[in-house]
Amino acid sequence: MSTLHTVNKSPFERNALTSCTGHLLAGDAVLMIEDGVLGARTGSSAVAVVQAALESGSVYALAPDCAARGIKPDDLIEGVQLVDYAGFVDLVAQHQRTVAWL
Amino acid sequence: MAQKKKFLYLNRKAPHGTIYALESLEVVLIGAAFEQDVSLAFLDDGVFQLMAGQDTTAAGMKNFSRTFKALGDYDVRKFYVERESLAERGLTVEDLMPITYEDENEDYAEKPSIHLVGRAELAAIIADQDVVLSF
Amino acid sequence: MTMQYKIGDIVAEHDEEGYLTDITVWNKDLALLIAKSENIEMTPEHWEVVDFLREYYEEYQIAPAIRILVKEMKKKFGPEKGDQKYLYQLFPYGPAKQACKIGGLPKPTGCV
Repeated sequence: MSTLHTVNKSPFERNALTSCTGHLLAGDAVLMIEDGVLGARTGSSAVAVVQAALESGSVYALAPDCAARGIKPDDLIEGVQLVDYAGFVDLVAQHQRTVAWL
Repeated sequence: MAQKKKFLYLNRKAPHGTIYALESLEVVLIGAAFEQDVSLAFLDDGVFQLMAGQDTTAAGMKNFSRTFKALGDYDVRKFYVERESLAERGLTVEDLMPITYEDENEDYAEKPSIHLVGRAELAAIIADQDVVLSF
Repeated sequence: MTMQYKIGDIVAEHDEEGYLTDITVWNKDLALLIAKSENIEMTPEHWEVVDFLREYYEEYQIAPAIRILVKEMKKKFGPEKGDQKYLYQLFPYGPAKQACKIGGLPKPTGCV
């Protein structure tokens, strides 16, 4: 009965990512999209939050949104997986519900 | 009739600076016609939507906070307010409007709609829903 | 094009469905005029519903949906008046819609 959480805001501007990860249950997945992918890059102040999320579930970043922002696969925090649009659809289908953190 | 589904409206924005809160309320009112099992959650700045004593007169805006008090009549009777979000903002439940509903099954006794929940409890409430709508 | 109700030198703008654009300009004369355009002859029973809706709006900032109107009218005036058929006799094109329009209130949320 797991949940897919989407985050579309930069963690440096809003608390969407922090609030999201504060409400995760084991087995949940987080998908960063739009400006949310800014939190997927290694070396930032958001790393600890992402790492905490990785402990309870999986974390994904939408590849086209990363590419558009110049975030390369090698830049990602270890454990964060890239998905394309088809992968996004698969994630939605694999979970019982989707919660958007705006 | 199809089985009732559990709908949760997740409210995370303060009331008057953006349109989110008012839009959420409008969707709740429209959705109430479908007679589903509806809950509202207030967390992060969303807790400010329930502040007592909002007066929008001078700001020239609609004071839709009063509309929350009508929701009991629309069978929207579960308001989950996150304790941590209140505390982070220096608020307690006493800062919020009292919101009640009348229980038809108990001679129209007035009962509180607001339930304080911890972050972990709210996570479990989210995980118990069929549909979560975010605002 | 703006659409207006006119009584003497009072002019009140309304939308394409006849709801007042600015609810603060409402008064009883205007209500009678709107009622006339809806083919309704206002009786004390009509006023009871219109006044009730205005009080409800004042308190909750919304016009109630029809089922809520019925429920609340029943609570206040008893089962005879808290009745869908009774309300439709007074306002044949929908009590919530027509009575709100006459009362100068916006269209009830959830009404299409």
